[in-house]
Amino acid sequence: MQLFDFNGGVTPDYHKEASTQSPIAVSPAPTFLVIPLHQSIGGTPRPLVSAGDRVLKGQRIGAADGDMSSAIHASTSGHVVAVEMRRMPHPSGLSALCVVIKADGRDEWIARQSFDYRSHTAAETRDYLRDAGVVGLGGAVFPTHLKMSPGKGDKLDTLIINGAECEPFITCDDLLMRERAEAIIQGVVILRDLLAAGRVLVGIEDNKPQAVAAMTAAVQAGGHQDMAVVAVPTRYPAGGAKQLIRVLTGIEVPHGKRSTDYGVQCFNVGTAHAIHEAINLGQPLISRIVTVAGNVAAPRNYEVLLGTSMEALLTQSQPLPDTDRLIMGGPMMGVSLPSKDVPVVKATNCILAGSKKLFPPPPPEMPCIRCGECATACPADLQPFELYWFSRAKIFGKAQEYHLFDCIECGCCSYVCPSHIPLVDYYRFAKSEIWANESEKAAADQAREQYEFRQLREAREAQEKAARLAARTAAGRAAATNALAVASDATSDATPAAAPVAKSATTPATEPAQTPSPQAALIAAALERARAQQVQPANTTNLTPEQQAEIAAIEARRAQIRAQAHPHLPPDD
Amino acid sequence: MLAALLVMALGAVVLGAVLGFAAVKFRVEGDPLTEKIDAILPQTQCGQCGFPGCKPYAAAMAKGEADINQCPPGGDEGIRKLADLLGREYKPLSAEHGVEKPKALAVIDEQRCIGCTLCIQACPVDAIVGAAKQMHTVIAVQCTGCELCVPVCPVDCIDMVPVAENITTWKWKYPVVAIKPVTTH
Amino acid sequence: MNNSPYLRQAASVQSVMLRVLLALLPGIAAYVWFFGAAIVLQIVLASLTALAAEALVLHLRGKPLAIFLTDGSALVTAWLIALSFPPLAPWWLVVLATLIAIIVAKHLYGGLGQNPFNPAMVAFALMIVAYPQFMSRWPGTDAIDFATQWQIIFGLHANQTLDALTMATPLDALRTALHSTNATTVTVASALAHNPAIGLMAGRGWEWVAAGHLVGGLWLVQQRIITWHLPTAFLATLFLLAGLASTINPSEFAGPLFHLFGGGAMLAAFFIVTDPVSAATTPYGKLIFAAGVALLTWIIRSFGAYPDGIAFAVLLMNIAVPLIDMATQPRVFGHKKNGSNHHG
Ligand code: SF4
Ligand code: SF4
Ligand code: SF4
Ligand code: SF4
Repeated sequence: MQLFDFNGGVTPDYHKEASTQSPIAVSPAPTFLVIPLHQSIGGTPRPLVSAGDRVLKGQRIGAADGDMSSAIHASTSGHVVAVEMRRMPHPSGLSALCVVIKADGRDEWIARQSFDYRSHTAAETRDYLRDAGVVGLGGAVFPTHLKMSPGKGDKLDTLIINGAECEPFITCDDLLMRERAEAIIQGVVILRDLLAAGRVLVGIEDNKPQAVAAMTAAVQAGGHQDMAVVAVPTRYPAGGAKQLIRVLTGIEVPHGKRSTDYGVQCFNVGTAHAIHEAINLGQPLISRIVTVAGNVAAPRNYEVLLGTSMEALLTQSQPLPDTDRLIMGGPMMGVSLPSKDVPVVKATNCILAGSKKLFPPPPPEMPCIRCGECATACPADLQPFELYWFSRAKIFGKAQEYHLFDCIECGCCSYVCPSHIPLVDYYRFAKSEIWANESEKAAADQAREQYEFRQLREAREAQEKAARLAARTAAGRAAATNALAVASDATSDATPAAAPVAKSATTPATEPAQTPSPQAALIAAALERARAQQVQPANTTNLTPEQQAEIAAIEARRAQIRAQAHPHLPPDD
Repeated sequence: MLAALLVMALGAVVLGAVLGFAAVKFRVEGDPLTEKIDAILPQTQCGQCGFPGCKPYAAAMAKGEADINQCPPGGDEGIRKLADLLGREYKPLSAEHGVEKPKALAVIDEQRCIGCTLCIQACPVDAIVGAAKQMHTVIAVQCTGCELCVPVCPVDCIDMVPVAENITTWKWKYPVVAIKPVTTH
Repeated sequence: MNNSPYLRQAASVQSVMLRVLLALLPGIAAYVWFFGAAIVLQIVLASLTALAAEALVLHLRGKPLAIFLTDGSALVTAWLIALSFPPLAPWWLVVLATLIAIIVAKHLYGGLGQNPFNPAMVAFALMIVAYPQFMSRWPGTDAIDFATQWQIIFGLHANQTLDALTMATPLDALRTALHSTNATTVTVASALAHNPAIGLMAGRGWEWVAAGHLVGGLWLVQQRIITWHLPTAFLATLFLLAGLASTINPSEFAGPLFHLFGGGAMLAAFFIVTDPVSAATTPYGKLIFAAGVALLTWIIRSFGAYPDGIAFAVLLMNIAVPLIDMATQPRVFGHKKNGSNHHG
């Protein structure tokens, strides 16, 4: 088979042997599980349980928030102790909403039922996978059901299964392929059927001959003529989805485009395994394989219930005393964790214990000498030093023009830079600033719209009010004229009762004193209306003097505030 | 000679007519400069700049009647962007208009709210919902944090709560350039 | 604590610069063999000046001395200055040139990594404009002993005998012959035939110095310190131009080998146009940049007032670098066309 090549890449020490010496061990269920609700790209699932509820293993405890989200399940049976904020395995060290479960030790499953995807529509199958919480287990945790549309023409040329696992230290996919190749292939069959894929290529870096053999055997055992296991050259980041697609098919999927539009789609082997478990066994995603490696005495792979504390997991591999940090993921793209007391989540493919010796702090940063090493190493064919320059100077627009968002943060550029510049840190910084700016901009646009809408409404209301007032005044004028007519009739009868009122209401006029002006009548009418409208609030009767005093004070303050707030408007309502 | 002059004059007239026609025909609605300035302003609509909202301030700046350093929510970055756009000298935020504060949202203590609707009238972006004598509440995503609702509340039940960082809004920090050894005391 | 990647290649600016210095050794060895140890004296002078100037400026700029002084970049500049200057130039000329290179051309523009112009070439260009008389003090082929060289450099030698001891470079000799009063009768061949300084391909001795630089440069390419683009484009362009011109008019224009092995062409190809800071950085950009330097060099050599035009050619092309880089942005993975345009 013809293989293609991607530019750049690096070949660091792989350190993979240590953790592949022993088979996958099952990490025991802990007493307390902290299950974060937000474990995938997309919206945070709504909690379905509250403190005190009993839950079964595999029970849905968080419902997907819309389609761009993925459900969350209890990893074992027990009682919900709390739904509260807990620290997340995230470089920020911030907390997020978690369901805390106290296990009852019985590990009691929900009723498990396989899902016959052949007798359901594609949409139903996607919903099923969403509710089974299946997400990409390569580390990106993108909801799998969102990648399951075949794209143009309702079929896919090539389905790619990613078993490359190019990051140093990580071996969870390697071991999964060695031990559970058949299950993976069953998952692949489902994917192939759902995506109507013409052929399936399983890409595995050639430093994993046992995994290649196991997968080849499973493909042959299944008699799948349309599947091929391909050993690809070992070079970081050959396991990046875009790089693997390029190596296997020669197709380059640009940033921001759906790969199905190019006739390919790529899933991780772990994801294929999870799909098999969800569909064929009726088991939602509640556990995953995690490599524990680095500065530990017994590096190994574990099958871990999601929500298990990392500390508990790490202890099983006996971290060495000089361990000074915990990294989730590999040494090239992983993140330092703020604490050991965080749960294993769907994105946890590896826990790496670090030490000064294993990962020495970088030598002092020097200025960029434009040597171009980074550009040679960049698998995305970017000019990292230009991106660095613009990100550092906070010229984000330029950074975007130089395709900042095509950067996959693989770390190759930082790896080779002779000036020891933490290049990727600058890109992470620039990207999050740009995202923040964009959301601020969106908020400002919304506020502008709201504000303009309100202004329009106020203008309209003012107009309407003016119209109403005019109408009312017109009506009042008519009434007053009538009243006047009556009054003049009455005066002729020489009953001067109304006269003093009229007098006090008008200026000492030259006109006949007994004749009230139309204005005065209008004012009187308005006062009358106002009196009629004044309703005594029900809760102001039978008040103690203290309460009355308080109300008076409040009224006074209100008046003052009104005067301040609307100096040009009369107190309204 | 005369012919040449005539031709020139004729040309000028024709061109003038075309330009005049184009000016009428393709007139841009609104003032694009005001729009551009308004796009930079944070749309908090708080009035701290001394204008009844961001747009009026933008219009005043476009006419050269207002300085570029009067908007506290826009902060330093906003001033820099305005300086850039308008080709004016950067200057720090003028103290008389206020200080840059971290963004906060209004939260109504629903126990104490008496339903007076004053805050609804004060809110420039309709971020408060509620009816007369009903409890009021703030729609957080719409609140710009302008604080206009705070002074009008007769029972002081509106608090400005700073927006806490969460995992989605968390940002990677600017990498520290550690070339110079930090002097420790 | 730092963020990922936690692994790093063992590379540093220091190791890059050290290897550049190492790669200069074969050329220096040939130099000493043919022209005596004066060049070593000049290298030492330039190095000490460069380090002192660097230390001073770093101190003034409040930068940590330990890191920057040992990065080796000042030494590379110093060695390049010494190697491109006539070895019998007075001591103060090299010192002055080095000071200018380090203080003005490097640090006034922001220091390591920031200088738009190649510091060594800035110094060379200024000196040849300011002190042309001292910039022609090249040693003759009959090696003079080190004591005499030492005396010349420090101005202790009787001036009247100086002309007998120094000699024009092959390029210079050719230029003088071609531009002499009876230029109509002189051809390249006749000018070179009667010149004792001419060896197999170019200047006697000079061709071996050039060969030494070629060896060192190829090693740098092998070490991946420099890429093939810059030297190849430079040498190929110079070769083609000279070849074309000398084929058309062999009596007026020297042949390609003469151009490549005479003067500083090899030094320039592998050590000067390859200065990463001031050269173009994209693959196509490098080709354009180096070809441009070669073109200008050939033009200045053939028609200009100065015997070797490399310094001016490099400086002129340095100005064009931002433009070249901008216009030659490589295609980004997955994108169709080149260029830094926004994509939809
Ligand atoms: S590798 Fe480092 S020093 Fe070299 S160009 Fe890239 S950022 Fe600059
Ligand atoms: S981190 Fe980004 S810029 Fe650096 S090598 Fe990887 S893709 Fe290229
Ligand atoms: S001060 Fe307030 S109203 Fe004025 S421009 Fe700034 S945010 Fe808008
Ligand atoms: S709720 Fe208050 S702080 Fe928020 S936008 Fe409305 S008036 Fe301003």
